[in-house]
Amino acid sequence: MSEFDVEIDSSGLNCPLPVLKARKALADMSAGQKLHLIATDLGANKDIPAFCKMTGNPLIDSSESEGKLHFTIEKGETNG
Amino acid sequence: MAKKMAIIASKGTLDGAYPPFLLASTAAALGFEAKIFFTFYGLQLLNKELNLKVSPLGNPAMPMPVTVPSIVQVLPGLEGFATWMMKRKLKKKGVASVEELREICIESGVELIACQMTVDLFDFKHEDFVEGISSGGAATFLEFASEADITLYI
Repeated sequence: MSEFDVEIDSSGLNCPLPVLKARKALADMSAGQKLHLIATDLGANKDIPAFCKMTGNPLIDSSESEGKLHFTIEKGETNG
Repeated sequence: MAKKMAIIASKGTLDGAYPPFLLASTAAALGFEAKIFFTFYGLQLLNKELNLKVSPLGNPAMPMPVTVPSIVQVLPGLEGFATWMMKRKLKKKGVASVEELREICIESGVELIACQMTVDLFDFKHEDFVEGISSGGAATFLEFASEADITLYI
């Protein structure tokens, strides 16, 4: 797993809360910092990449282990 | 330039409240400028105190633990029971409450617009609504919708 600066665990929360929590966390971060998001919502598998693509925050890693999804998102230059 | 989403919310039931607030809060998180125009029963979604219900009556697709014939569904208390059951399920499955999603919409700058005609029609009072909303009419919605990338009627 990649290194990160901020971690958010959205386990047990359903759509759209993982995306909304990621958005909130990224808003307080500076460009280049990394967010580690944990989710159990299976929809996040598609939703988080879509969120990253649309907001210009690159998704640099995603994996699944022990029934949990792990995403590492880098805060982009332009917005959050 | 930010993408825009315009939604008309016309339903005032618990299940009808989810799509507008859920999509608008997510749109805001994706960087959209989003506006929701509340008309007819949708205006109930703007009340400070939400008392939204869901009814299995006339809704044969609603999953129920046991089959309840329509003739029984008219009995007093059935709607309250169905609402309680739905709210319990939403909480258990980690789905945000309508209040929570509405709060996120307001915090993230989604504009909530009350249809003035329906406010007058039903004698609603602006002081009963949450703070920070605006009001307008058909032209207000159409002006924004004409520039929107996504327009939904819910």
